[in-house]
Amino acid sequence: MTELASTEAPAASVVAETDDSTARLHRTLFIAIAALLVVAPFVAYPVFVMKVLCFALFALAFNLLLGYGGLLSFGHAAYFGMASYVSAYTAKHWGLTPELAILAGTAIAGLLGALFGSLAIRRQGIYFAMITLALAQMVFFFSLQTPRFTGGEDGIQAVPRGKLFGLVSLADDRALYWLVAAIFMGGLLLIYRIIHSPFGEVCKAIRDNEPRAISLGYRANQYKLAVFVLSATLAGLAGATKAIVFQLASLTDVHWSMSGEVVLMTLVGGLGTVFGPIAGALVIVAMQNYLATLGAWVTVVQGVIFVLCVLLFREGIVGVIAKAIKKPL
Amino acid sequence: MSIAAEDIILSTSGLTKEFGGFTAVNGVDLNVRRGSIHALIGPNGAGKTTCFNLLTKFLPPTKGLIVYNGRDITREKPAEIARLGLVRSFQISAVFPQLSVLKNVRIALQRKRGDSFDFWRSEEVLSGLDGEAMRLVEAVGLGSFAKLPAVELSYGRKRALEIATTLALDPEMMLLDEPMAGMGREDVERIEALIRKVSENRTILMVEHNLSVVASLSDRITVLARGQILAEGDYATVSKDPRVIEAYIGSGGGHAH
Ligand SMILES: Nc1ncnc2c1ncn2[C@@H]1O[C@H](COP(=O)(O)OP(=O)(O)O)[C@@H](O)[C@H]1O
Ligand SMILES: [Mg+2]
Repeated sequence: MTELASTEAPAASVVAETDDSTARLHRTLFIAIAALLVVAPFVAYPVFVMKVLCFALFALAFNLLLGYGGLLSFGHAAYFGMASYVSAYTAKHWGLTPELAILAGTAIAGLLGALFGSLAIRRQGIYFAMITLALAQMVFFFSLQTPRFTGGEDGIQAVPRGKLFGLVSLADDRALYWLVAAIFMGGLLLIYRIIHSPFGEVCKAIRDNEPRAISLGYRANQYKLAVFVLSATLAGLAGATKAIVFQLASLTDVHWSMSGEVVLMTLVGGLGTVFGPIAGALVIVAMQNYLATLGAWVTVVQGVIFVLCVLLFREGIVGVIAKAIKKPL
Repeated sequence: MSIAAEDIILSTSGLTKEFGGFTAVNGVDLNVRRGSIHALIGPNGAGKTTCFNLLTKFLPPTKGLIVYNGRDITREKPAEIARLGLVRSFQISAVFPQLSVLKNVRIALQRKRGDSFDFWRSEEVLSGLDGEAMRLVEAVGLGSFAKLPAVELSYGRKRALEIATTLALDPEMMLLDEPMAGMGREDVERIEALIRKVSENRTILMVEHNLSVVASLSDRITVLARGQILAEGDYATVSKDPRVIEAYIGSGGGHAH
């Protein structure tokens, strides 16, 4: 240690350098993603890409909570699905313009997140996960029992896409696509900012070692609740947007399997990596689309992929790449 | 107690902790003088770590009172204790494994900002703390590891990092639980010198098994055995106490040098 002491002076600049090069790499990736978003609707079906983007945003929101807050929620379908219902309902029955319907859905998800989060954060680990699951099941049964609001088994169908700001018709897939792409990019940038904010630093510290963070004077529960609400809100943004894209909100959106799917996407893509959930959502949604002919077997194939992922590369797709290039992604 | 009340920064009376039927800490009356280095020693299982957990509110006491700076803190929450200037380290080395060494320290410096709920701001607002964080990292001899994730440090270096993190809060009183466990001789000397240096304007209560360190650093020693205070005084007094010698030998206490 003593002979190394002489190298102490340059160490500070080495820190700055690596952080800088990582930031540069991330900036390049953001530009690449933006470019991909621009060309995507011309080379793939816009509806397919929009589906990927909605689920990618959902997975990004989930990863914010698990990967950076260290909190495993088994009930994220509640926020995604409830926002989907509210967005569909207000667009169809109240005649809200799409941006307002999406906003309404997102806001409700945030409120629901504040309520459920404040109950769940009182417990740790698996108990926390179980409480989030139980609360999400309550939302599912509520949705099942209130067909006047949710449309019951049928869901809310034929949701009008309406006119953005009451001006631009979104009936055309291409037109809607730009809105969805903008929402996705906005969500991604916001999450990136949260992760790299003073708040994000504290969240990561609590994730790493909660008692130590508390012993430094951080009121851990307040940070956990805040990150929970942010995650639920962004999951709601994804669900509310999805309802407008597919013109449909249904029980599938609030079902526990939806909570499971977002866990799957995040793990396949790379837990605790910034870009992993996007890759995970792409893989899972593509698989569901191309393997749709297999019917119920899709679930089995998904299960096998999940098990292989966990056995072969636990860090997920992006996690493995990050390890190879020795840079956080 | 004959010591004037204003000299005492931390005191407990009748502090007791029971786990089920087992009493880990039993009626401890502890008085720590302001500005002193006070050592808490005793064989393994004596209740030292439990005492620390009680003092910093990580465990609720079964009975007893804790007064810090004239204020009853028996029922405070642990994060609030830290905000009052009473900061602990942990026996099991407590670092933030995925954060870099520098960020481990910076996260403590960040407390100066108050709460950090600003999720919309770039972490670049924290870069002003990097210089101070680096100075602390260097002070514990970790300068060349600053950018390494803490998980990659050896055990002894994690302990050093923990001390740097604790110091970053500039606490009025520090509780160190076996700060030198697992360190090589060179590092023990470095940390010993550091503790002596930082003790100039603060109070330190520490648990330490390295008795030569205890002898040279501490102003006062409390010996704990089976949850009770066995003896108290300076090193010369305590080390001659037959009950202390027996407690250490009786527990196979190979730590005595
Ligand atoms: N959470 C707990 N539950 C039950 N027993 C405990 C707990 N924590 C400590 N103990 C017991 O209390 C006694 C004192 O432990 P501790 O304070 O860690 O001792 P020391 O730090 O002096 O070695 C030990 O017998 C230990 O097993
Ligand atoms: Mg101990």
